[in-house]
Formats: sequence, structure tokens, C-alpha cells
Amino acid sequence: MITVVDYGAGNLRSLRAALERLGAAVDVTSDPVTVERSRVMIVPGVGAAGPAMARLQAAGLAAAIRSAAGNGAHVLGICLGLQLLFDRSEEGDTECLGLLPGAVRRIDWAGTVPHMGWNDVAPVNGGTLNDALPAVCYFAHTYIAEPAEAGDVVATTELDGRPFASAVARGRVAAVQFHPERSGPAGRALLAALLRRADDAA
Amino acid sequence: MLRRRIIPCLDVRRGRLVKGVRFRDLRDCGDPVDAAARYADAGADEIVWLNISAGEEAWAELLRAVERAARRVDVPLCVGGGVDGFERARELLLAGADKVSVNTAALNRPELVSELAERLGSQCVVVAIDAARANGSWEAHASAGRRPTGRDAIAWSREAVERGAGELLVTSIDADGGHAGYDLDLVEAVAGAVRVPVVASGGAGGPSDMAAALAAGAQAALAASIFHDGDATMAEVKQEVAACGLPVRS
Repeated sequence: MITVVDYGAGNLRSLRAALERLGAAVDVTSDPVTVERSRVMIVPGVGAAGPAMARLQAAGLAAAIRSAAGNGAHVLGICLGLQLLFDRSEEGDTECLGLLPGAVRRIDWAGTVPHMGWNDVAPVNGGTLNDALPAVCYFAHTYIAEPAEAGDVVATTELDGRPFASAVARGRVAAVQFHPERSGPAGRALLAALLRRADDAA
Repeated sequence: MLRRRIIPCLDVRRGRLVKGVRFRDLRDCGDPVDAAARYADAGADEIVWLNISAGEEAWAELLRAVERAARRVDVPLCVGGGVDGFERARELLLAGADKVSVNTAALNRPELVSELAERLGSQCVVVAIDAARANGSWEAHASAGRRPTGRDAIAWSREAVERGAGELLVTSIDADGGHAGYDLDLVEAVAGAVRVPVVASGGAGGPSDMAAALAAGAQAALAASIFHDGDATMAEVKQEVAACGLPVRS
């Protein structure tokens, strides 16, 4: 069972469908008790970090996610969900979930922002997700994560000559900046690899 | 490397795919979800739905179609037409659209763009600008191109982005439907004025027109009839764009 954390971030329909196409049983929930007890969860998200964290806090979901992670659950983040797993975000100067060391900051070097469209996801460090990489996936974001530990970076993507971390993993926490549910067959393979990673380690 | 995008645009009326000439002589052409899925499989980088019907019932039908598309289509979907305020934008996103485009409502009340960006995030807010040449520049039009607003389209582009638009969908009213190519001056002027992605629209007659719009500074090129009428395939357009030295997703 994959728990998708619903904190009002919208558009969970395509993610649910993508997971179900891979044969996963999916529970989309906003109930902190369910989240706290889950073994594999996905933190999705679009929009701004500040309001998202405020909703997670208000619903008791932030504590539930941290508690589940502390008890060995697998936590997968997608897009804004990746950013929320880090310590802090510069967006609205927001304290995030702190499951991954590092900070989130605005893309300030690119010719156009948001980073919108299909871009390369290139593997680094070997191992995790490599059977689904390299790939070309769909991005739509204005902020990027800067992991404090270089070893947590699983894949990078280059934007106007500068690479950023587009997939990260540390223990039972893994996350991607792109939208696998909107990235065609390549995204499907990456979502499958993320689920497999959780499965193998379970 | 960030790829340039090729986007088919589908006109949707009461949740059904329709084709016509300038919104007249509309024919029912089936399920827009089927069409979107077919284009996605053929390599479309994104799908745009333009809702051309008014009224509450038509809106509900549109939302139901968006819900089905979210489950079946695995590339991004942008939906516009009839987004008269914050609530309808939110409804589209909750139904499963990845982005919403606003046009007339934003011209009537530019603060709407700021509200959408603040509450929903810039990455899902597209401002559609219908522009016609006037006095050595371009004038923004409202109400599906029928109502001139007196606003300079380039100045409106800048304001929309300052208010938080994450993308501009720029349609040339002069070139639209003419199949003689995009208004490249317009594409260049808008792309030069803002630092968000610009989607060029209106006038595509073939693959080389789409490549020319991308070369003029658009990050994406949108077309409708050349795809629907079978004049060009996604693959042909992408080959042409690649041949011009611009990166595309194969």
C-alpha cells in the first residue's frame, strides 16, 4: 500500500493513476494517523513551500510524516514534495520537514524561470534509480534543492549550463524534482524504480 | 538540456472535441481525452485544451473531461477558456489540469494573476495574450480576440509576469487561421520583454513555421489545425526543429 499524503495541494488524480498503472494499491489520505502508520508514503506537491508547510503543520501531517520516517517508513517526494523534505526553503523563509540535510533556493541563474519543460535527468553516484536513467522528464519549478551531502544526489539536470540535484536519496528517503506522473514512459519507469527501491529495502 | 516544446491545441465544447473555422461550423470530433492521449503517444510535449463553451453545465462537463484526462494522459495538460476567477482556476487544478490559462478575466482584473500566483504557484499560471498589430506595436484583445482593450500587448506581457505569471501563451490574431506562419516579430518582442517561457500560437502552416517560432525565442510552439487535419505529425515537426539546431524531445 502506497500512502499519498493529501494536504490540499491539488492534482493528486494523475499521480494516483500513474501509481495504479504500475499495479500499486494507493491510499490518498489526509489522516495523520494513517500517514504515521504507513510504510511507504509519497509527499506530492505543487505551489509554494510556505502555504504547503502551513497546511501540513495545521493538519498534523508534518509530525506524522516525521514520526513515520523515524520509524523506518519510506518517504518519497515529488516536485515541491522533494523541496519540503529538506531543512529549509528560501521560498517564504520556510522551515521544512528536515528529513534531508540541505536547503532550497530560487533558480537565479537561468534565462527563463520557471524551469518549465522536458530536460535530461542524468545519473550520478551509481546505484539508486539507475535502471531508469538517463531519462528526459517534465519539470515545472522555480526553486531547487541544494543537498548538504553530495552523496545524497542521485541525478542531476542541467539548466542554462548549471547542474542542480533533480533526484536525491538518503536511506529510506528519496525524491525527484520532476513530475514522473507527467513524464510519459520515462516517468513511468522512474516511478517504478522509486517504488522498487522502497520495496527492496522494506 | 531543456527541450523546446511542441503543443497541440484542442478546442473543447461541453466536454467534447470540436473543430471548425474560427469557432464557426463546429463539428463534433469525439472525445478530447482520446485525442489528447493519441497526441501524447505521438510525442506531444504538452496538451492545451481551449474551452469554447459558456455556462455552468458546460463547465461541469469540462471538469469531468479534465478528470478523465488526468487519469489517462501522461504529459502535462494546460486548460483555459472561461476561467473567470480564482475559483474556476482552482477547480481545473483539482480536477487534474497541470496549468490553467487566463485571458479576459486577467485583462479585466490584473490582480487575478497575482492571486493565482500567490495561492496556486507561478508554475501553473499561464496568461494567454491575444494580440493584434496596431500603431507599430500590438494591442491586447479580450473575449476570444473580439474586444480590443487599448492595452499594449508587450506592456501587458511585462505586467502579467511581474504579477507572477509563469508562462505566456501569445496568439497573433492577425496570423491565426492563416496558415502562413506565426507573427515572428510578436514572438521576438514578447520573448525579449519577459523572462518566463513564451508559447507561440497562431498561424502555423507547417513544421517549418513552428521551427521558426522557436528560433525567434519561443520555448514552445502551439498549433491546432495542422495536427488535427493531418498536415503534419509530431515527428515531422520535431525533425524540422532538430534540423534547425534546436533541442527537442524525441
